[in-house]
Amino acid sequence: MSAANAHVDSATAWGGKTSPFKVSYGKLMMWFFLVSDALTFGGLLSSLGFAKYANPETSLDWPLGEAVFTHLPFTHMHAPLIYVAFMTFILIVSSVTMVLAVEAGHRMDKKAVIKWLALTVVGGLIFLLSQVWEWKTFIAGPDGRIETWFDNSTLQHNVYGPTLYSNFFFFVTGFHGFHVFTGVLFNLLVLRQVMRGVYHKRGHYEMVEKVGLYWHFVDLVWVFVFTFYYLI
Amino acid sequence: MVRDDIVEYSLDYHHNEEQGKKVRKKIYFVTVLLSVVTIVEVLVGIYWSKTVVSPGVWTAIKVGYLVLTIVKAGYIVLVFMHLGDEQKSLKYMILAPYVLFILYLFFILATEASYIHNIWNTFH
Repeated sequence: MSAANAHVDSATAWGGKTSPFKVSYGKLMMWFFLVSDALTFGGLLSSLGFAKYANPETSLDWPLGEAVFTHLPFTHMHAPLIYVAFMTFILIVSSVTMVLAVEAGHRMDKKAVIKWLALTVVGGLIFLLSQVWEWKTFIAGPDGRIETWFDNSTLQHNVYGPTLYSNFFFFVTGFHGFHVFTGVLFNLLVLRQVMRGVYHKRGHYEMVEKVGLYWHFVDLVWVFVFTFYYLI
Repeated sequence: MVRDDIVEYSLDYHHNEEQGKKVRKKIYFVTVLLSVVTIVEVLVGIYWSKTVVSPGVWTAIKVGYLVLTIVKAGYIVLVFMHLGDEQKSLKYMILAPYVLFILYLFFILATEASYIHNIWNTFH
């Protein structure tokens, strides 16, 4: 680590003239934020488990993911879980393009950073649009018609099973979707800075790495949502 | 004032093309692994649904899902988020309190949920 310490001067060290954990202030704070955010999602998914297993047998059965999410856009074929799998795949791929952008940043390859970061933004947007479609399909219910309000799935009424099921759907995927939305926003802002050459002039692309941490976290949360909401 | 914009302690702060190739190889390996695990999960979800397998098999499948999820999460956190390359003290400061707390939360909510489940079924 002596090589890394060589970069430290009085302007970069923390108040105590050293850097705890040998990471920059911004990166450590991003990790702290992610832990607290992960606790929020952990709480949401734990309460989902609680609601599911406390659900009495005399009440409606808790629906199965493969019985509810069976639609694909532009077709009427029966395709259980296929679209959710597609969304998962999109998020994984955009996580990969993000990590490639970080790697390109380490080589100070501005062009490659722009390419990979732009692709990450595109992946995030595809995911968001997919979620809009999924929400519309979920709300419309089995008849696929969103205009007939009385047989739609809303916060007060659920055609698939217990009302809590749709409440958790909207809360968990909505909260996650909001994170994706802010992630796309951050990525766009950083992409603009990269294009203007701000980080190149600064001498390193750590800002890409920091928003990258947030973006991977969004992917990480989806892995858990996918398991606990759609599969189990 | 602490100038965050010039701080740089990352282990692989700058690397050359050759080291980059190694990093990218690892990234592609993890990509393939995550995709394969997801495909396996979806296929199991479609063909071994709760409605067609026996309760014992369903429990085994649920445990399988949990293991695969932890594997995916591990690769994302340790490789994509580079936590595996950070200092050990940082790694455990991030992971240990979180894992402990969530395990406790899951345990206590599962216990309470099964209790409430029984109460409801008894008095309904």
